[in-house]
Parts: sequence; structure tokens; C-alpha cells
Amino acid sequence: MRSPFRPDVVPDTAILADHKPLIRSLERRGLIRGSLSLGALVLLTGCDVKRPEAVESALLAISRLNDGVQALLFDPNRLAPTYPASTILRPPKFNAYYDVMDVKPVNGTTWRLEVSGRVADKRPWTLQDLRALPQTSMVIKHICVEGWSYIGGWSGPTLRAFLEHIGADLRAKYVAFKTADDYPSSIDMATALHPQTLLAIQYGGDTLADPFGFPVRLRMATKLGYKNPKWITAIEVTNTYPGGYWEEKGFPWFAGI
Amino acid sequence: MHWVNAVVMLVMITSGWGIYDDDVIIRGFHFSSFWRLGDWAAWSLNWHFAGMWFLVINGLIYLTYGFVTGRFRKKLLPIRPAEVVQTVIDTLHFKIAHEDITVYNAVQKLLYIIVILSGISQVVTGLAIWKPVQFSGLVSLLGGFQTARVLHFAGMAVIVGFLIVHVALALLVPKTLWAMVAGGPRVTANSQAQAHQARQGHTA
Repeated sequence: MRSPFRPDVVPDTAILADHKPLIRSLERRGLIRGSLSLGALVLLTGCDVKRPEAVESALLAISRLNDGVQALLFDPNRLAPTYPASTILRPPKFNAYYDVMDVKPVNGTTWRLEVSGRVADKRPWTLQDLRALPQTSMVIKHICVEGWSYIGGWSGPTLRAFLEHIGADLRAKYVAFKTADDYPSSIDMATALHPQTLLAIQYGGDTLADPFGFPVRLRMATKLGYKNPKWITAIEVTNTYPGGYWEEKGFPWFAGI
Repeated sequence: MHWVNAVVMLVMITSGWGIYDDDVIIRGFHFSSFWRLGDWAAWSLNWHFAGMWFLVINGLIYLTYGFVTGRFRKKLLPIRPAEVVQTVIDTLHFKIAHEDITVYNAVQKLLYIIVILSGISQVVTGLAIWKPVQFSGLVSLLGGFQTARVLHFAGMAVIVGFLIVHVALALLVPKTLWAMVAGGPRVTANSQAQAHQARQGHTA
């Protein structure tokens, strides 16, 4: 088919032949220059950088800086949006660093919650002790660092009520958790004292089911999902940075939302 | 500023693809590891959260410069629909000479405005999905967390679309590249007037 862009009057072939080398050289020069700058661009972005140590430590340094910025952005009095009970997802979404089939249920009657660190009363807790504290319920959004989210309904004592009850040093920096599934975690004290930070023992009005952390798990409305350890066995109040399972692998520690 | 932005944009886009792959928005649509920055989600995330500072700081300097010096008003406005149509027709006829690189044609103006707005929108939607509780008002304004997330993804698609056209055209008109590196010819009142005359001459 004849191109619609072709001129109606064809120029003299002699003129075309005359200009052909010039056009070709222009094109070639442009192509070389173009590909050179594209190459420079690729070099600048470090597309081929396979995480050398210097890059890694620079990124981690910025991540720690971001932890500080996030702590500043965190408003201890701001409440996360809550939702009607009818929107609660049943059962909740299961998520862990292993498959749901590999969950090892915890025996609620022999289970004890150890308490250590900067606290006055280090007696271990039973599930009945936790049930005896004033209970709070909240229907909040769970947001995963991967991007998915769902609405869940959680009940239990606030972590603040628990910390006050054991005479914890509320000016300490961190609250650290140990769990039955070997998933250590830790949070800042400001978030620990937030009214929407619960030691959850119920989901949607029922006792927490095994895959979701029975007998007790942490649920915070102001942090990403991976900051909420399940099957908690020990709580420590400390000024020494305790880290956490995903944090050791490079994920940000503060992870506030 | 342009090259800081170019590098940071590529960092943000490719690390964003790494984060996206952990929980895809479009079922079955992944980015292969060749295109992702960071060898898994944690490092893509760290790249993204490091790059954001450079993007925002560089962007703020650029916007301030553009508004304070009047560069945006002078170079990006006005856009006349007829000129846009004419430029598109010219381009389809491979008339992309771009004689005076200090004056943008109508399509360039339109695309530059779109990409600047997209950049701003990426920062806003990014802030919303980074801190959906602290900025919960912004999230509900955007239609919820998942909507904000899709908007953030769509903004990326617009910028990548722009990038492809932008880089292709810059390579076709190589003299612009040197101007981007070295600072380009001085834009004087005289050259603006000449360009204006030239345009008038065309239509006459």
C-alpha cells in the first residue's frame, strides 16, 4: 500500500542521492549519542547493583532515620478509623513466615505470660488474669506491608492497662515480645501506650482461634501487620533495642501507619 | 535537577515494582526480577523509602524555582487546543525538527504539565498509603486505602508512559540532550519574540 505520508511530487532522484550520505551519518551520530546517554542513565541508577555492603548500610542508615521521622509523625492522641462490626472478616486472614498447616497450637491452661525488664511486678500471668483486666474492643483495618488489608474486630485489655498494672517504667524506650512461634518483635513505648494497642484475646466476640495467636496476640491500629506478634509468651520493658524477626532481615522497625 | 529527578524517578519506579510484586493489584501481572530494584521486598521498600526524600526535596526545589522565576508560566502556558492538534499532525508526518529548543511546542507543554501533576499526585497518594492512620483524612478523600494504592499504581503508569515518549523523542532530537547536561542556550526576551514571530510567519 502506498504510504499516506509520501509526497505527491517526487523530488529529483539526483537530489535524493546527493543527500543520502548526510542523512545516514546524522542518524548514526544520533543513535550513538543516544545510546551513550542511555547507558550512562543505567549506570547512574545502579540497576545492576546486587546489594553490595556499602549500599546496604546506606539504605539501613536511611531506614533508621526514617524510624525517627515516623516517631515524630506519630500522634499518640490520633485514633485510627474504626468500622461497624458487620464489616469484620471471618475468619481473619492468616499470615506468618510459614504455612497455616505448620501452626503449633498453644495449650491455654498451662500457658503463662512471662514479664521481665523495667517492671515492678514480675509474676507470670495466666489467661484468667488477662480476662480479669478491663476489656476493650475495636474494629480496625489490618494493613500488611505487602499492600493487602482487611477489617478485623479485636478485644482484650489495652497494653497500657497491662503495663500500668505490672508497674512498668512507662518512660522506657521499648516493649519487646517473645512468642511460641519464635517471632521476636518490639515496639516503641508511645505506640505501646496508644488506646488502640491491645493484648487481643478475642476475635469478633469469640476466643481467639489457634491460627490467629491463641491465647494472646498484639493488635495495634497504628502499625503494619508484621509488627503484631501472635502466641505471645513473654513481654519485656527495656531501653536496649530488641529488634525483631523481619527487622533483622531488613524491614523497617517503626513501621507506623 | 533534571538528572537528579531522572535517577530518583527510576529508583522509585523500579523499587515500587519490587513492592508491587509482593501483593499484585492486577492478577497475574508481575514485574520480572530484572526490572525490580532490591533483590526482595524488604530492600525494594528500603530503596523506595530512601528515594522518596530525594524525590520530594528535589521536586520542591524544582517547583519553587518554576513558580518563583515564572518559568512555568512562560514556558508551559498558554496551551491552545488547535496547536496541540497541529503538533500531533506534524509529529505523525515526522516533522519533529524542534528548531528552537528553548520553546516548547503545545504537546510538550501538555505532557510536561501532566507529568508534573502526576509527580505531585504520586507524593500525595504515596503519603496516604505510607501513613493511612496519621493522614486518615487524606485517605478518605482519596476513597480509601486500597483506592489510594491503585491511584499510586496508576500514577506510576502515567509517568512510565511519559518516560517512554520523552526518552524516545529526546533521542530523536539529540541536540536537546546536550542542553540538558550543559544548561542549554539562554532564553532571552529576544529569542522568545523571534520564536513568536516565526510562529506567526507560519500561519501567515
